Amino acid sequence: MAHALADDQPGVTSPPQPGPLLEIRDLCVEYVLESGIVGAVDKVSFDLNPGEFLAIVGESGCGKSTLLFGIAQLLNPPAEITGGSVTFRGRNLVQLSDKDLAAVRWKDMSVVMQSAMNALNPVKSVGAQFRDAMRAHGVTSQEEIGQRSAEVLRMVGIDPEHLKSYPHQLSGGMRQRSMIAMAMLFTPELIIMDEPTSALDVVAQRSLMAQIKDLQQEFGFAVIFVTHDMSLVSHYSNRLMVMYAGQTSESGPTRKIFDSPHHPYTVGLTEAFPSIRGPRRTLTGIPGNPPDLARPPSGCRFAARCPKVMPRCTDDAPAQYPVEDTLVRCFLYDNAGGVP
Amino acid sequence: MRLIIRRGGFFLATLWAALTLNFFLPRLMPGSPADRIIAHLHGAVDQSTVRAIEQSLGIGNTQGIWQQYLTYLGHTATGNLGYSYSQGEPVSQVIAGALPWTLGLVGITTILAFALGTAIGAVAAWRRGSRFDSVMPPLFVFTTAIPFFWVGMVLILIFSVYLGWFPSSGNVGQLTVPSLSPGYLGDVLDHAILPSLTLLVTGIGGWVLTMRNNMVTTLTEDYVRMARAKGLSPTRVMVDYGARNAILPNLTGFAMSLGFVVSGAILVEYVFNYQGVGYYLLNAVGYDDYPLMQGLFLIITVAVLVAILLSDIATALLDPRTRTAG
Amino acid sequence: MAIPVTTGQGAGIPEPGGELTAAGPRRGTALRRFTRAIRTNRKATIGVVLMAIFIFVSLFPGLLAHQSPTAYSSHIMAKPSAAHWLGTDNIGADIYAQVIDGTRSVLILAVAVGALTTGVAMVIGVAAAYLGGIWDGVLSFVTDVLLVIPIFPLLIIVAAYFPNAGNSLLILVLSFTGWSYTARQLRSQAQSLRNRDFLLAARVRGERPFYIIMVEIIPTMTSLLLASFLTNALYAVLAGSGLQFIGLGKSNNVSWGTTLYWANQNAAWTTGDYLWFIVPGLCIALLGVAFAFINYAFDEIGNPALRPLSAAKARKAAEASTKRRLASYGARAR
Repeated sequence: MAHALADDQPGVTSPPQPGPLLEIRDLCVEYVLESGIVGAVDKVSFDLNPGEFLAIVGESGCGKSTLLFGIAQLLNPPAEITGGSVTFRGRNLVQLSDKDLAAVRWKDMSVVMQSAMNALNPVKSVGAQFRDAMRAHGVTSQEEIGQRSAEVLRMVGIDPEHLKSYPHQLSGGMRQRSMIAMAMLFTPELIIMDEPTSALDVVAQRSLMAQIKDLQQEFGFAVIFVTHDMSLVSHYSNRLMVMYAGQTSESGPTRKIFDSPHHPYTVGLTEAFPSIRGPRRTLTGIPGNPPDLARPPSGCRFAARCPKVMPRCTDDAPAQYPVEDTLVRCFLYDNAGGVP
Repeated sequence: MRLIIRRGGFFLATLWAALTLNFFLPRLMPGSPADRIIAHLHGAVDQSTVRAIEQSLGIGNTQGIWQQYLTYLGHTATGNLGYSYSQGEPVSQVIAGALPWTLGLVGITTILAFALGTAIGAVAAWRRGSRFDSVMPPLFVFTTAIPFFWVGMVLILIFSVYLGWFPSSGNVGQLTVPSLSPGYLGDVLDHAILPSLTLLVTGIGGWVLTMRNNMVTTLTEDYVRMARAKGLSPTRVMVDYGARNAILPNLTGFAMSLGFVVSGAILVEYVFNYQGVGYYLLNAVGYDDYPLMQGLFLIITVAVLVAILLSDIATALLDPRTRTAG
Repeated sequence: MAIPVTTGQGAGIPEPGGELTAAGPRRGTALRRFTRAIRTNRKATIGVVLMAIFIFVSLFPGLLAHQSPTAYSSHIMAKPSAAHWLGTDNIGADIYAQVIDGTRSVLILAVAVGALTTGVAMVIGVAAAYLGGIWDGVLSFVTDVLLVIPIFPLLIIVAAYFPNAGNSLLILVLSFTGWSYTARQLRSQAQSLRNRDFLLAARVRGERPFYIIMVEIIPTMTSLLLASFLTNALYAVLAGSGLQFIGLGKSNNVSWGTTLYWANQNAAWTTGDYLWFIVPGLCIALLGVAFAFINYAFDEIGNPALRPLSAAKARKAAEASTKRRLASYGARAR
């Protein structure tokens, strides 16, 4: 039923290809301001395979949301992509025209935003917003629209009665889930989520995460999940990418990074979270502030706050060095064959 | 529904305030208004006219002031607004003759200004950074600062005196007979174009600017980004997600702007000798015809209240949040 | 946090960080930043320059016009000439002198009404917001009623009862009828400030309400107060001239509105004395424009989102950044 809706337009939907679903290469996003240029995302690269759950974590201002919107081609001025490529199923999204992009949007890649209260149009009913999305992609039969809308709402545990409701009439948790339902309308291959749980209380957070994971396992879509809360994604993501000051500082399988973090920043992050079951220990924070991205330092960006800083760190910028399955941007792991 | 009842209560209260002002103002001013009127008529009036005048002002030497007040209120409620000696007919008749002209001119032009202004503002915001957007806002800031009457005079100069395209005064030719014939209607239109243009030029700027600013802020909202993410067509995003939200503050602002509209209407009617409510008001001032002045003031207040009610209804229709807020 | 990049609400438009320029951070004083903002914003520059011209003219009319604006002469309705740059009116007085001399009374009207209106609105609006309860109800009701009642007809009627009123009555009447819109705005801003932490802290400290209002709330609202002043000044210019134009509030005071009144009475556009009404009207428009531009520019300065985007500038800036980036990569070690 789900894929029956994804009407085949030439060249857009095709049978699953081998190889990565999404390839990001050297993506750069900058904010062009009157007072100067701020580099929010600096040459980020990674691959995403079908069905993978990738979590991107970092503190506020590290560029993770900007990265997300850069991938989805949803940047607002003055932010713009100034370099690199975003290749989705073999096509570079950065170079696509608006029309071609529109065909990809929602059908193959959808977005879930942080605050549903802000992300849903306050003057239209939930059902009307579902309808908009479907009609934009060629689904015109009222019956089909109604059926599918009800179906996705049931998937997330909401009574289809609420299609008639306006966003302000729903509770926070329901709003968030209806956003996820909307993202599922065409069962896309990739759903991008920008801190969808931040606006919820802890209990609702867990239940939403569990729901997302269930849906993912049932329908097999890939997920890129941005959050500042590492512990939230520790159970659910296959891969983890830690960002700092616009760059990837460490990336690899989630479990490996949690069990043995390598980059001093990641170490600092994991030591900042208490463990309920583990032994009691003193929590340490990471003193200092992230660098000013309008004039980024020429060496390693974490050098000013790093407990293991070496003289080399302030002069040269480290590349990403492989350590088993993870990539770490730190001179401590410098061996021949690093990836910039 | 409860909203309408509350608003209705407010309107009645305002109406009452206007009536009370009408009643007490003449009494607070130095001298007796009746005397002034009589002076105007050079004393050549008979007793019944004097009494009629006094009655319409609510002045009667035989009653206490509260009694006069209640009588006045009672009269107004039944439509007895007194007698206009400068026009030689009951006030209500003068109003009935002038009101349609003003409503037609001002009503249509204001709606046009609102619609056009909002549309231009929305497009300017949508096309930020384009030449359209860098030219329009300063242009309209300029137009909001120009006095109505000056624009009227300039337009008369250009279109009436130099080009002779449109008549410079009156709402209809002197010798035409009212009818629904194309000839008459054409004449009406002829006379209405310059006043209408004056109101349009000065009025549109405010709408353009506020809509543009609202729209710029709205376009940064998450739900607009979401609409783009869904692959909706740019027009639909601009209209359904952008404009429909950006217009809401404009509608509330509509009520505030009515004061401006009224003042513009009065001045324009004056410049063009357009015989609507404003024209008669100024005329009445010249003759110290207080009953007529008060009657016109009242009808203007009522018209403003009705307009506000309409814009409230429009807001309730467009914004579901107000409906539940009650 | 030094990074101006924000997340949360979609990493939209970051607050431009202070005084960052390509040359480096500049730590300016408030005044320096202010003047720089005016210089770079075209609307503000035009507005300020216009205003300065008008202020100069109002302060030193004698420098610019040597003839009396009200003197009778035998040259009635004369066309512009070397002796009378704008011609003369129906009693032979020099129109140019009228325009120059009239500046002062218009400016006084604008400033006085602007200040008075904003002052009254401030007292009522902030009191209503701060005191709350029944006070709020009563004050808001009065404000709303005055907002709805059409002011201009009311002004006409009041002015009709005082046929020979001068500037001062005009000022009073305009101020006491025009405060309602501003009061509403100030009230809603004061309300939103009311429960902010710094005010709660003041209350806990034991400060009295009057102190809190004067010392804590009002300074926070300066930008809104300034904008209100400018808006009300503009309103005074237009409404005041309008009233004078229809013949009310006229006196021996020379003003642009009264000049226009006489021009209209003598049907200046048919007699060919175009400048008689074009010039005073243009002055009103320009003064209004000055107020409006300054107001609009403050809006833009305060809210960067509204600033005009220059696509060309943005593109050039982007190219420059790419060049810089390539240069810095060359210097990096692998």
